[in-house]
Amino acid sequence: MTPVIALRGVGMTYPGPPPVRALRPADLAVARGEYVTVVGPSGSGKSTFLNVVGLLDRPTEGTYELDGIDVSTLRESERTALRGKRIGFVFQSFHLLPYRTATENVLLAQLYNGTRRALRRPAAREALARVGLGHRRDAVPTHMSGGERQRVAIARALVNRPSLLLCDEPTGNLDTATASGVMQLLDELHAAGLTIVVITHDEAVARRGQRTVTIRDGVVTSDG
Amino acid sequence: MADLVTTASPDSAKPDPPGRSGGTGGSGHPGHPGRPRRPARRRSRVAERSRLGLRDLGAEALAGILQRPGRSVLTMLGTVLGIGAFVAILGLTATAAGQIDKRFTVLSATEVGVDDTGTARSQGEQPDPAISFTADAGARVQALNGVVHAGVYWPVPLQSPRLGAAPDLQSGSAGDGSGLAIYAADPGALAAMHPTLTAGVLYNGFHEARQERVAVLGAAAAARLGITRLDAEPAVFINGTAYTVVGIIGDVERRQEMLLSVMIPTRTALAAYGPPSTPSRAKMLIETRLGAAQLIAHQAPIALRPDDPSLLTAIAPPDPKSLRNDVTGDFNTLFLLLAALSLVIGAVGIANTTLVAVLERTGEIGLRRSLGARPRHIAGQFLAESTVLGTLGGLIGTSVGVGLVVGVAVSRDWTAVLQPWAVLPAPLIGSVVGLLAGLYPALRAAWIEPVEALRR
Repeated sequence: MTPVIALRGVGMTYPGPPPVRALRPADLAVARGEYVTVVGPSGSGKSTFLNVVGLLDRPTEGTYELDGIDVSTLRESERTALRGKRIGFVFQSFHLLPYRTATENVLLAQLYNGTRRALRRPAAREALARVGLGHRRDAVPTHMSGGERQRVAIARALVNRPSLLLCDEPTGNLDTATASGVMQLLDELHAAGLTIVVITHDEAVARRGQRTVTIRDGVVTSDG
Repeated sequence: MADLVTTASPDSAKPDPPGRSGGTGGSGHPGHPGRPRRPARRRSRVAERSRLGLRDLGAEALAGILQRPGRSVLTMLGTVLGIGAFVAILGLTATAAGQIDKRFTVLSATEVGVDDTGTARSQGEQPDPAISFTADAGARVQALNGVVHAGVYWPVPLQSPRLGAAPDLQSGSAGDGSGLAIYAADPGALAAMHPTLTAGVLYNGFHEARQERVAVLGAAAAARLGITRLDAEPAVFINGTAYTVVGIIGDVERRQEMLLSVMIPTRTALAAYGPPSTPSRAKMLIETRLGAAQLIAHQAPIALRPDDPSLLTAIAPPDPKSLRNDVTGDFNTLFLLLAALSLVIGAVGIANTTLVAVLERTGEIGLRRSLGARPRHIAGQFLAESTVLGTLGGLIGTSVGVGLVVGVAVSRDWTAVLQPWAVLPAPLIGSVVGLLAGLYPALRAAWIEPVEALRR
């Protein structure tokens, strides 16, 4: 089966002066349905890894295949479309629009990918129900707890049925109890077959994955 | 048509902001030398481009405006003022000019005066005492095409005459008319004054030809003399000579001073008191048809004295066309400049607020990019927001301007004049202002790198 993520010799050097080797050439494969956590200290290259895998940035070397598509040959507009459809992002700071309801925030993910208008609202409701927020769909983020906000963000990431759920410090802004609730949700989503990559510096979070990838000084090593 | 992006442009790489390449942003990878020119067919099907329908774009722009309603209203204020001033100024000048035209045409535009300058060629020179108007002056001018009424009049050359309702009156007693003016005026001149009679009739050509001793009184003069009714055939006495009062004039539209005077036929005056003396020489009053005044002013001296037209000077009203142009021209250039200024201020206001919104919403921009929005979608959203703001400002401004014009017109009892070419495109000007103001902030928004934006 085609892996969701296949990195072959992918490295990243930011142009200087002096040039910064943020990511040394690395090979990594994440199979469909896998739950991988990425750990490493600050400045180790985690963010670069996220940007490359999330199609937010182009690596300077190597090839990256997402769902078997060599994305390094794609034009920027196509990478953007691929990012919107196949990757669901979950951010540490949630990135919810404060003046819009939970449903409207989830609807935003369907704005640019050509989803028919009639199908959007049902899909958003379904996604909110899936993260356990069916009863809060008309609430605005300012009236929600941190856990609820992150659930809305996860619902927004899920609504387009992505191949990959890419989480950047999903529990970074949450207290321990709330964080474990969110991690519980990720476990459930994984159990339902979703491919998940969680970037974190929290050991407890990292242990929940099937496999942990460690980045240290730009060097990627996998324990699997 | 519904989609902003339907066709593949040959170069749709993300725009690199000038001066940002080579930084630590991490996006500046100049060129991919080894990559194929076009991706395979399969791939372009897999990665179908992101799109943003017009309806979605409009909804997003509106949501962006409504999430900060107070700020949006304040932002619009400059455009509202600019467009409002624009419409109000054009409307008010048109209304005022229409009003000036109206007053102008009714009275003065149909009036020509002819002065008897005689042989005096320069100021202060004594002209010969002879009257330059011929005896048939009224008839001569009347024959010109475009003349309605014409006649000669002059103050009767009497040094402090005794004037009263009785032949021998003590000064200060009732019916004493000393101080009232005595004018010689032929029937044509009386008609040209547009008199309204309160009693009796005007004397006519018959009285004139026979040098009858008749008089017409102005309303004020009649009151001074104590003559209100004519059924007893009252008379006024000028130095003891009786003149039968045939009519009392209640009001005139021209030569208001006649209301304070006693008018007698010119030939009667000539026979009794001689020709008019310098400096109060004879004048002619001509009423023309509308638009004929300039022409008659040119023709009258020639018709009156073909042998020496220079003895007479015709005074025509200013050309109404040039007058109106003067008035509106002065108003328009000055105030339209102010309106343009406030529009510029409005545009700067919108640009500033949109720019602030872009900086404030950097995180949102990054999020939208991660959700598949292309730079042009981001630019389009902010451009749409500023354009909607400008259009709303334009609409409100137009309404305010129209209301102002109508309000002023009603309060002054004027007829409001609003030119469609000024009112109809006004909201559109607001849209253009909003669009232009949004260009730079929208480009700034499109240049924001998602990687940078999401870090916030």
